[in-house]
Amino acid sequence: MSAPASDHGHAEPTSFTFSQENLELAKRIIAKYPQGKQASACMPLLDVAQRQNGGWLPRVAMDAVADLLGMPRIRVYEVATFYTMYNKNPVGRHHIQVCTTTPCWLRGSDDIVHTCKKKLGIEVGETTADGQFTLGEVECSGACVNAPVVQIGDDYYEDVAPEHMERILDALARGETPKPGSQTGRQSSEPVGGPTTLKAFTTAQADATTAQADD
Amino acid sequence: MLRDEDRIFTNLYGYQDFGLDGARKRGDWDNTASFLANGRDWIIEQVKESGLRGRGGAGFSTGMKWSFMPKNVTDKPVYLVINADEGEPGTCKDRDILRHDPHKLIEGCLIAGFAIGASACYIYIRGEFYNEGSNVQRAIDEAYAAGLIGKNACGTGYDYDVYIHRGAGAYICGEETALIESIEGKKGQPRNKPPFPAQAGLYSCPTTVNNVESIAVVPTILRRGASWFAGLGRPKNSGTKLFCISGHVNKPCNVEEEMGIPLKELIEKHAGGVRGGWDNLLGIIPGGSSVPVLPKSICDTVLMDFDSLREVQSGLGTAAVIVMDKSTDIVKAIARLSSFYAHESCGQCTPCREGTGWMSRVMQRMVTGNARMEEIDMLLQVTKQVEGHTICALGDAAAWPIQGLFRHFRPEVERRIQAYRNSAPLAAE
Repeated sequence: MSAPASDHGHAEPTSFTFSQENLELAKRIIAKYPQGKQASACMPLLDVAQRQNGGWLPRVAMDAVADLLGMPRIRVYEVATFYTMYNKNPVGRHHIQVCTTTPCWLRGSDDIVHTCKKKLGIEVGETTADGQFTLGEVECSGACVNAPVVQIGDDYYEDVAPEHMERILDALARGETPKPGSQTGRQSSEPVGGPTTLKAFTTAQADATTAQADD
Repeated sequence: MLRDEDRIFTNLYGYQDFGLDGARKRGDWDNTASFLANGRDWIIEQVKESGLRGRGGAGFSTGMKWSFMPKNVTDKPVYLVINADEGEPGTCKDRDILRHDPHKLIEGCLIAGFAIGASACYIYIRGEFYNEGSNVQRAIDEAYAAGLIGKNACGTGYDYDVYIHRGAGAYICGEETALIESIEGKKGQPRNKPPFPAQAGLYSCPTTVNNVESIAVVPTILRRGASWFAGLGRPKNSGTKLFCISGHVNKPCNVEEEMGIPLKELIEKHAGGVRGGWDNLLGIIPGGSSVPVLPKSICDTVLMDFDSLREVQSGLGTAAVIVMDKSTDIVKAIARLSSFYAHESCGQCTPCREGTGWMSRVMQRMVTGNARMEEIDMLLQVTKQVEGHTICALGDAAAWPIQGLFRHFRPEVERRIQAYRNSAPLAAE
């Protein structure tokens, strides 16, 4: 059966082959699971295939995973379509995923979505004409005390205000990688301005006495 | 306030090295073999005595859960599975353990795995936590290289493997049987129980699924003694707990505190108070999106533990405190959660698949008031028809926030419906 064009109108590639390097990686992944349970490697291999294919999974890549694992192809399609991180359509070089669930919404995620739309000139779910940016809304990213949160590729950008978002998009457009994490200078999930607890552990030294001496 | 000496997660904020050297300096992996030498029953007894209740939301006794595992299994392997599919809106505590204190988790995995007779452990990490998972993998690699896990773990003669399995974006995989399905390479759709995972879990083998925080506190409990942990908090609600304080506070943060700390104290001491002061508080969701919202009058005095929050018809859940000040459109805040559950329903059970979408659509109309008064009771009735009628608790989780909204904020919705009718009488018909 020939690969059909998707409903988004893009042309599906006609073949997909794992690179030699990724075949080696696949072997190591399959070895993590008991003998005969290689179907467990389906999810990680779909991820490997997606990364090799520039961020999305054409059907031929799903087939390659199925064939490698000896699984019926339909089982792999089921998995690929169930989980939101498998992109069934091409995405831009930078996949901007803004969390808009309640904790982020309370901290202004609507403004972040608005900033992205305005700056990129696209709606949620769309990709810029130059193929650089895809804008998405996602459900809870799980970094709620650093809301609003925007995931770009594998990185989280946290405590994002609209002006940060603009700067991040500008930097990406210039080919730079803006620094992930808190955009307001927080170390991680501590209260802004410094922890209320464990003050002896706020330096790189593990030894509390040394840390205090340094204060 | 909990003393720093009693805090377990001393690298919660990641100022220090998360690797093995840093972890050892903080006391991890210190003579772990001695705990294993005391035997399975001793470990389970200690954890039971500590009063540790599962930190993933349900609050079931961790030691009790372990004791359900079959004692003498010969023909089948036994598995420990760690639920690191953190995705309950408001919750971001396990993320800090994974990225900043992964050795506490790995050491806990070894001890817990030994206690239930497991041969291997799979840590299921949500796919979005890519960097966090990489830190855990580095910790696993270090632990193997140091002989702490793997063949003859810690020199005890016990062979034990630890692997990571990454998710790919599905809230439902935080449900333990959906998580198991997902590791098996399937869609994350929950299984009917029984059989419970302790009888037939991963690959139909006896399996225990525990939350990250539940397992990561175990080594410290054994080191400092069950009575130390049991002595913190209140009876049946013991120990320390990671709280995530998000929303309309001056300084959102994660913090480890004693169970049973008053909600108001938690927010004022660690999160810089409610934006605009305590009197500007509208309501708080005290335990992640699934638990019912509480109005200020209850927040004034309620204690943060399982039983106290249950008494006020809410729950501790994951201890994710979502604060909303008086500027909040409370109906929209809850409606957003309804659309979350509609998005995350796995589609397996009809009441949930159809009900979450229906409830979400009605809630959207409640936001603008474009509804009839009698639809409020109809909506509440539907929440009751979804609740308890599905394989897993996602249906319940979708129903409870709506029930909580109308329990405490019904007049606000009625006001909107009335206002909408007054402004557009024809449209409302």
